Amino acid sequence: MSDSKNPAVTNPDRRGFLKGASAAAGLAATAPIALAQQAALKPETGTPVDVSSNAPPGSDFMVDVIKSLGIEYCAANPGSSFRGLQESFINYGKNSNPEWLTCCHEESSVAMAHGYAKIEGKPMMIMAHGTVGLQHASMAIYNAYCDRVPVYIVLGNILDVNYRRGTAEWVHSVQDAAAMVRDYTKWDDTPVSLSHFAESAVRAYKISMTPPYEPVVLVADGTLQEEPISEKNLRIPKLAMSAPPQGDSTAVAEAAKLLVAAENPVIVAGRVARSAEGIKHLVELAEVLQARVQDQRMRMNFPSAHPLYGNPGAVVAGPNLSDADVILGLEVQDFWGITHKMTGLNKFGMEAHPTTKEGAKIITISAIDLNHKSNYQDFGRYLEADLAITGDPEATLPELVEAVKKLITLDRRRALDERGKKIAEMNRQARARDRELAAIGWDASPVSTARLSAELWGQIKNEDWSLVSNDRFVSSWPTRLWSFSKPYHYIGAQGGAGIGYQAPAAVGAALANKKHGRLSVSIQCDGDLNYAPGVLWTAAHHKVPLLTVMHNNRAYHEERMYLALLGAKYDRDLGRSDIGTALNGPNIDYASIAKGYGLYAEGPITDPNDLGPALKRAIARVKAGEPALLDVVTQPR
Amino acid sequence: MYKLLALLSLAALTALAQTKPADTANGKRLFERNGCYQCHGWVGQGGTAGARLAQTRLPLIAFTAYVRNPASGGMPPFRAKVMSDQELADVYAYIKTFPEPKAAKDIPLLNQ
Repeated sequence: MSDSKNPAVTNPDRRGFLKGASAAAGLAATAPIALAQQAALKPETGTPVDVSSNAPPGSDFMVDVIKSLGIEYCAANPGSSFRGLQESFINYGKNSNPEWLTCCHEESSVAMAHGYAKIEGKPMMIMAHGTVGLQHASMAIYNAYCDRVPVYIVLGNILDVNYRRGTAEWVHSVQDAAAMVRDYTKWDDTPVSLSHFAESAVRAYKISMTPPYEPVVLVADGTLQEEPISEKNLRIPKLAMSAPPQGDSTAVAEAAKLLVAAENPVIVAGRVARSAEGIKHLVELAEVLQARVQDQRMRMNFPSAHPLYGNPGAVVAGPNLSDADVILGLEVQDFWGITHKMTGLNKFGMEAHPTTKEGAKIITISAIDLNHKSNYQDFGRYLEADLAITGDPEATLPELVEAVKKLITLDRRRALDERGKKIAEMNRQARARDRELAAIGWDASPVSTARLSAELWGQIKNEDWSLVSNDRFVSSWPTRLWSFSKPYHYIGAQGGAGIGYQAPAAVGAALANKKHGRLSVSIQCDGDLNYAPGVLWTAAHHKVPLLTVMHNNRAYHEERMYLALLGAKYDRDLGRSDIGTALNGPNIDYASIAKGYGLYAEGPITDPNDLGPALKRAIARVKAGEPALLDVVTQPR
Repeated sequence: MYKLLALLSLAALTALAQTKPADTANGKRLFERNGCYQCHGWVGQGGTAGARLAQTRLPLIAFTAYVRNPASGGMPPFRAKVMSDQELADVYAYIKTFPEPKAAKDIPLLNQ
């Protein structure tokens, strides 16, 4: 039947189509187009097919794949896009290897994995929605990326529109989930079948654990998770790990020649040691050369009480390399920055000049050139090295040590030993100065960070301890007063300087330490804890033994110092640097917060004489297997 | 070097021009209000963010010269518009009241 009022329907020529399109674009008279579309559609009616099945879901196979990788834990805030996998993990997989960790924020999940990996040397798995969960997790992933740490990230997502049941699943679905973090992950994939999942899961683990270690992402499609397994002959590929890349032998021999001939070589250690072997090799190199080691404290690289340790008397700026004629940088962060001086923030303009002496040679050994990305600028300024060796330092050091040994004559040995004595004496003097500096403000309130560190050291030094926090924000007093030597004694910092890392990273590291029976302690900045304090509950729930000692200076203090500096630079009122930076009025009661999350807690402690007994009580609780927190009101730094 | 001498001379002249005795209470107020404690600590103990001030051996003129024109990358430059010479003298006097610390050898926890 024709409709003379709607020519587009009965006479769908080009003129009529354009006319109709034009009308639709003008938001008027849309009925003709709608009717034409309806005519072309098959009605959505019919008897539903019986879709019930007792066949195991795809997520069971995914669990088998993950189990084959030896992953101990999966940290996650629960999410519907990976409900199938979670159900399979807890029932089919018996919630063991991996064991599910209940997290209150995806940033906590990733940072826990970050801290865990730096103790255990392998990745933890985390799960998150491909949309909102990953958005929460992204800063922590960036930190892990900058810190060269493996994290095994699995995202839930529903690719097939036919399987998205309602609004929540539409807003939680994404075309390319990993795109958001592709700039700061090493590899990702979105498998479209279970056999594809198995291959990519194994490949992801291998890539993540090949230096430079980095986070990887695997998207677990919701339909693959929840539909019955239909693929035949599914198998899990063998995990064949790559040997870490070693520097070119000719270049290593050249480096050895430069180092042995140098009058004052200095070794700068960035992210060097991945294990006890790494520490041993670096000690061996330093001792055979009798060379000073400047540790950037990003890993537990070198024993802090060693006479060749260059860090006592931690200074405001970077290490002084002006006396070196050869500088060997091992996976150094911002090498250009520590060999140049730029105009300070307290001045106007910008000039930069080298701080190394004329003719000084720079050698680098680093695996970073094997994984550069463009967008985020963590690679730092281009360094004009004299000899750049691409390779993992820990894997390259043994050959370098042997090459150095072969070149040292008896005469040279005597000269090197004399140099070593001088370095050791400088080290001894610097340590003595540090102790005198630590005595200043010993009885002050708020508690000095030196007193806090010394009190804590007094309680743990005879235990098998592990400092699972960065010590930069407490003027590096632990580095200056304690004796670090074992691989788990120190885990470095955030990597990307993203605050909110510390509290969850400490919980993850402490979890890794738990099965080894170590006493984990964290000096926790107040600003950092406030990002996602729910991780305290995670620690209590999973009985993670961790002593958290608050460095409660009641501010985002670094930023407060910046505001004061710029205020003075512009001749302005300096009484306003608390605005937007101070965490007071009201003061935050961290002991009450911790108690609310189920922890043993005391504080606020303002009298330094109360600290020792409180530490003793809290450590007793931690040694009994639970987390504890002491809120200590501290000096700013 | 010449620049430093010139600064010290200028600072000496301004210091000589001071007639009022230093006011330690005002120095304390300024030390706290202007954020000196932020880098140097509430008792001038110093740290990685700022130098030790307690028991400083710097004379007032050198202290003033440095505060007016610190090294690049160092502390904020406190010019006269922010803190007058009199106010700096007050801060200096307050710093001088910080108590003598115990010797490290007398503190068992520093001899572990």
